Amino acid sequence: MMILSGDPPRSRVLTLVLVVIILALAATPFLFPGAKALNVAAKICVFAALVASYDLLLGYTGSVSFAHTMFYGIGSYAIAIALYGMGPNWAAVATGIVVGLPLAALLALAIGLFSLRVAAIFFAMITLAVASAFQVLASQLSWLTGGEDGRSFQLPELLRPGTVLISKSLFGFEINGRILTFYLVFAVSALMILALLRVVNSPFGRVLQAIRENRFRAEALGFRTVFHLTYANCLAALVAAGAGILNALWLRYAGPDTSLSFSIMLDILLMVVIGGMGTIYGAIIGATIFILAQNYLQSLMGVASKAASEAGLPLLPGLLHPDRWLLWLGLLFIASVYFFPTGVVGRLRSGGGDKSAGASH
Amino acid sequence: MTELAANDPLPKPKRDIAPILLPIALALVTIPLIGSPSTWLTLTAASLAMGMMIFIMASGLTLVFGLMDVLNFGHGAFIAVGAYVATLVFAPFAASVQADSLWVNLAVLAPAALLSMAVSGALGLVVERVLILPVYGQHLKQILMTTGGLIVAEQTLYALWGPQIIPMPLPASLRGSFILGDVAIAKYRVLATLIGLAVFIAIQLVLNRTKLGLLIRAGVENREMVEALGYRIRRLFLGVFMTGSALAGLGGVMWALYREQVHASMSDELTVLIFVVVIIGGLGSIGGCFIGAILVAMVANYGGFLVPKLALVSNILLMVAILMWRPRGLYAVTSR
Repeated sequence: MMILSGDPPRSRVLTLVLVVIILALAATPFLFPGAKALNVAAKICVFAALVASYDLLLGYTGSVSFAHTMFYGIGSYAIAIALYGMGPNWAAVATGIVVGLPLAALLALAIGLFSLRVAAIFFAMITLAVASAFQVLASQLSWLTGGEDGRSFQLPELLRPGTVLISKSLFGFEINGRILTFYLVFAVSALMILALLRVVNSPFGRVLQAIRENRFRAEALGFRTVFHLTYANCLAALVAAGAGILNALWLRYAGPDTSLSFSIMLDILLMVVIGGMGTIYGAIIGATIFILAQNYLQSLMGVASKAASEAGLPLLPGLLHPDRWLLWLGLLFIASVYFFPTGVVGRLRSGGGDKSAGASH
Repeated sequence: MTELAANDPLPKPKRDIAPILLPIALALVTIPLIGSPSTWLTLTAASLAMGMMIFIMASGLTLVFGLMDVLNFGHGAFIAVGAYVATLVFAPFAASVQADSLWVNLAVLAPAALLSMAVSGALGLVVERVLILPVYGQHLKQILMTTGGLIVAEQTLYALWGPQIIPMPLPASLRGSFILGDVAIAKYRVLATLIGLAVFIAIQLVLNRTKLGLLIRAGVENREMVEALGYRIRRLFLGVFMTGSALAGLGGVMWALYREQVHASMSDELTVLIFVVVIIGGLGSIGGCFIGAILVAMVANYGGFLVPKLALVSNILLMVAILMWRPRGLYAVTSR
C-alpha cells in the first residue's frame, strides 16, 4: 500500500494482469531466451515509464502535449553525446544525466510559461511547433548529434554484453552485462512509475485533477493553475528524459527515428488512450499491449498481405502491407477514443464504480 | 461618453491596426539589410505569394475553429488529399499541361483545382460526421480524434499512391517570370497572390456582408437562439467545415504546383506551418491568419536570404516573439 501511494489497482482482474506483466518482465531473461524477447521487454519497461509520464499531463491535467518525444530525445541524445564524446566510462554517464535532465526541465518550464497561461488548445499547437523545430535542429546540427545517422556509442565495461558476471555453471543461466543493463532499465522504470504514482496521489495531484475538471473553478479556489500546470509539465519532462536515457543505454544508440520522430509521439498517445487516461497503471497495460502488437502483429500483417496479393485481391495487399501498420493503429486509436474513452484500466475498474478516469476537456 | 442621437450610426469598435503595420514595417526594415532593391523586390513578391498560399491552407483551420470551436489536427490531410487528387487530372493530360497555350493549360488546371476542392470538401463531410460530431465541445477528444484521422488519411494515401514522391510540373504558360527592369517575378507567384487575395476578400465579404455570414456569426454567439428562429445551425456548420476542407484542398494543389511535387508527408510539414500561422494570427481570426501567413512567409524568405541557418527555426522564433507581445496572437477573437 505504501509503495503504491495508497492507490491500488482497485480491480481483481487488473491486479492479476499487472502482476503477470511485471513478473513476466522481471523474469524475461530466464523465461524467454533470445535477444528479441529481451529487446521487447526492455522496450516495454522504457515505454511504460514514458507513457506514465505522459499520462501525468494528458490524464491528470488534461493538456495535450506533442513535445513529449522532444524531452525523451533530449535524454537519449544527452547520454549518447556524452558517451560518444567522453568514451565509455561512468563519468560520461553521469555527465549525460546531469546535463540532460535539467535541460529537459528548463525547456519544459519555458514552454509551460509561454503557452499554459493561455489555453489548452494553444498548448497542443505550440508544443507541436516547438517539437518540430527541435527535430529540425537535431538533424541539422550534425556535428553534435550525428544528423540523420544519430550517435552510436559504447557502454561502460560493466554493462557490455561481453562482461560475464555469473558464469553459466552456477544456475545454468549466464548473467552478463546485457542482462544487468536490462535490470537497470527495469528497476529505474519501475522507480519512475512509482514516483509518478506518488505524485498523482499527493495533494498536488489532486489539484491537477481539479484543474482538469474545471480550471476556472480551481483558479477561483486560489490555486495558481499556471504554476501547477508548469510544474506538472516539468515533472513529466524529467521522467520522459529519464526514459530517454534508459532507451539510449539499452540501444547503445540515439537517433531521430528511435527517439524523436513524430510516430513515437503517436505511439505514446495511443498507449495512453488504450491503457486508460488518468490512471498511471494504464501506461503499463497500454505499453505492453501496444509493443507486443507492434513486434508480433507486423509479421502477421506481412503474411496476410502476401496471401491477399497471391489471391489477386485489389487494394488489400497495399492496405495490409507491414509498412501500413500505422493505418490500422490510427483506426484503432479513433475507435478507442470513441468506444473506450476510459481505456482498459477504466473498463476493468468500472465494476468498482470508479468513473474518474477518461477526462473530457 | 457622448450621448447618441437616434439616427446616429452605432459606435464602431476601434480598429486595431498595429498588426497590419507589422508586415509593412518588416518589409521596410529589411530593405537596407538586403541592400539590392531588385533582390528585395523579388523576395517580397515571393513572400507575398507564399503567404497567400499558406493563408489559403490555414484559413480553413482558423475558420472552423473560430466559428465552430473545433480544433482539427487533421487539417493537413485535406491539403495532401487535394494535392494527390490534382495529380489524377494532371497525369492523363500531361500533354495539355505542357502545351504552350495559356488557355489549354487553364483547361487542365481549373478542373484539377475544382476536383481537388470537391474531393477534399466531400472528405470534410465524412470527417465531420464520423470524427467530429461525437466530440463537439470536447477539445481534448477533438485533438485525439482528428490526430487519428490524420494518421489514417496519410497512411491511406501511401497505400493508394505508394511512398514515392510524385512530380507535379507547372503548366508551361505559368513557367518563367515577368521582367520589370532588373526585377524578375515568377508568373506563378503572381497568380498565387491573386487567388489568395480573392479568397481572403471572398471570406470577408461572405462573413460580414451576407445573411449567411450573419447567421453563422449569430450561431457562434448563441446557437439555441438561431435554432429557435428556425435555422438549421447544424447544416450551416457542416457547410463551414466543408468549405474549410475545400480551401485546404485548393491550397494543397497550389502548394504542390509551387513545389512541383506531391508527397504524403507534406501534410505533416504543412500542419506545423499552418498551426504557427494560426497561432500568430490569433485562433479563429481570418484577418490575423492573413497577416500571420504573410509574416511567416516574409521571415522564411528574408531570413532564408540573410541568415540561411536561422531560417530553419525562424517560424518558431517569430511565433515566440509575437506571443511575447500578444499572448493570444495578433487578433484575439474570443475569450477562449
